Amino acid sequence: MEHLDYETLNTLKQVMEDDFALLIDTFVQDSTDRISSLSELIKGTDGDLIRRAAHSFKGSSSNIGAPTLAALCSALEKKAFENKLNDLAADLDLIEKEFAEVLTQLRAL
Amino acid sequence: MNDVRRLKILVADDTDTDRLILESIVRKEGHHVVSARNGLEAIHVYSAEKPDIVLLDALMPELDGFGAARKIKELAGDELVPVIFLTSLSDTESLVQCLDAGGDDFLSKPYNRIILQAKIKSFNRMREMHSTMLTQRDQIVQHNNRLLQEQTVAKHVFDNVAHSGCLNASNVRYFLSSLAVFNGDVLVAAMRPNGSMMVLLGDFTGHGLPAAIGAMPLASTFYGMVPKGFSMTDILREINGKLKNILPVGIFCCATMMDINFRKKRLKIWNGGLPDCFVYHHQDGRISPVKSTHLPLGVLSNRAFKDNCEFFELQQDDRIFVWSDGIHEARNPEGDMFGEARLKELFSRNTNPELLFNDIIEGVQQFVGTGEKDDDLSLLEIRMDEPARVNSFAKEASDKFGNSEIEWVMGFEVKPTSFKVFDPLPMLLNVLMEVPSLRAFSSTLYTILAELYTNALEHGVLKLDSNLKKTPDGFSDYYELREQRINQITDGFVRINISHKTNENGGILKVRIEDSGEGFDYQQRSPDNLSSFGYSGRGIALVEKLCGTVSYLGCGNIVEVDFSWVCDD
Repeated sequence: MEHLDYETLNTLKQVMEDDFALLIDTFVQDSTDRISSLSELIKGTDGDLIRRAAHSFKGSSSNIGAPTLAALCSALEKKAFENKLNDLAADLDLIEKEFAEVLTQLRAL
Repeated sequence: MNDVRRLKILVADDTDTDRLILESIVRKEGHHVVSARNGLEAIHVYSAEKPDIVLLDALMPELDGFGAARKIKELAGDELVPVIFLTSLSDTESLVQCLDAGGDDFLSKPYNRIILQAKIKSFNRMREMHSTMLTQRDQIVQHNNRLLQEQTVAKHVFDNVAHSGCLNASNVRYFLSSLAVFNGDVLVAAMRPNGSMMVLLGDFTGHGLPAAIGAMPLASTFYGMVPKGFSMTDILREINGKLKNILPVGIFCCATMMDINFRKKRLKIWNGGLPDCFVYHHQDGRISPVKSTHLPLGVLSNRAFKDNCEFFELQQDDRIFVWSDGIHEARNPEGDMFGEARLKELFSRNTNPELLFNDIIEGVQQFVGTGEKDDDLSLLEIRMDEPARVNSFAKEASDKFGNSEIEWVMGFEVKPTSFKVFDPLPMLLNVLMEVPSLRAFSSTLYTILAELYTNALEHGVLKLDSNLKKTPDGFSDYYELREQRINQITDGFVRINISHKTNENGGILKVRIEDSGEGFDYQQRSPDNLSSFGYSGRGIALVEKLCGTVSYLGCGNIVEVDFSWVCDD
């Protein structure tokens, strides 16, 4: 799966016009906040909170055109939903790495 | 875009990027955007901004989309505010939850601009349709209220017109819907001066105001004439003529009219267009149907109108049942009509006549079931009873009428100065037409008075010789001479004396006319050869035919006739 979905991004560029840069900045800031929030949450035992956070992250990633990141969030959401709370650090690690990759590619646009 | 006007759209999403994207898409479509970051904020913004369409993220902090949607729908009340959920949820249960919360649709992430545009368009159409519908609903409510108000006023007026009725007599039972006048049914009843009761049940064609409007002249004519003692046929003719004049073609009144004489235990009945009325004989439970043998009121001109009635001699506690076609045409849920067969069956099954009335009402209502309303049901029962038990008026009038006669005499003299300009006949006839039983004989009475007055004036006062009229030349000479003499006359008179007396079966009217002339040798008058009787020609023969005899008195300057009539009331 691609890190970025360029078709979606192109549409966004058309739609957002001058605000496209703002959108990307917002996404970066937002995602950074989400990752740090998740890293706190997975230390705890509240599966529902983790599920909601992962769900929102999935939504924003898919909207911005980052399908792999969305898929990883979805996997985390699923585990949290099934209350499989062990080993979530590995999932978050994958998400962080993917986010770094997305970030690099977004900056390159 | 060109077919959707600029809308105000609320975007509520806690994810900044998602909200940014959606705001941009919506703004690009030309709409005005208001935003919220959670459910509570969404409700506040909704209340303040009243957006046309609401886009709600399902999962939000503070209050989620489901809660916000419920509140917004509640605030919107009657108005349709489309709520579209924004969701990356895709399981059936979540989507159902969106709709259960009052959501109208959902939009999946990632957002598709084309789909969002189509949804906004389609929901805007729905919203406009809904608002048109609300406006029209309000108009209908308003119109309906006005109609009801008008009907209340009209009913009030009608009730006042019909107020003098005697439907509360102890032997009368009736069933009419409260607004019966607006389904065209009218029931009026009043006492005649002789203590008999006159009742009319009418059913106008059509519904609503057109049907109700004819009830006014009908009731006012009825209540105007019955207490004055006019006969049923006079009243029927009067009403028929009025309705014929007033109502448009196609609107008429099926009616049954009755004159119930409690003293003589006699029923006089006329049925024009209503279903067979039943006369129920108490003694043996037999039914005599009274068929409609006439056209309804308001169809024929008075010239063609037929007023012949049927008569029944009744016994104590015999009952008369009259109904409009509402009973016969009442339908059950299967669409079958109640019909006359079921009605007759009710009568044959009945064992206590006192319960017949309720049996009929209940029978029809049970037949109809819960489906249709029994608004058109009109039923009337009248029981034959002693006058004293009907009401106080019947007792009083019957006591009075039973052994008294109405008798009066009227004298009238035409002076010489007036022969030329004054014709006393219309005035006299007007007086006579105020006598109820004489109304039917207006043309006969006119003929009698006209012949006798003309003879008295022309041959008596003006001394014209009728032999002159035997040749065509003489005819014009006659009228020339008449003109001459009537202009010159300075003395003389014609005295008209009319006496009236009623009896049990009718009455007698004596007309005596005296003139100031010289009279004639009436002894020579040959009774078997009327046309040869020269003095006054054919006219007297006609009067003789109408009155039986014509007697001359004095020197032949006084003539007397008796006109007697039989009254079938």
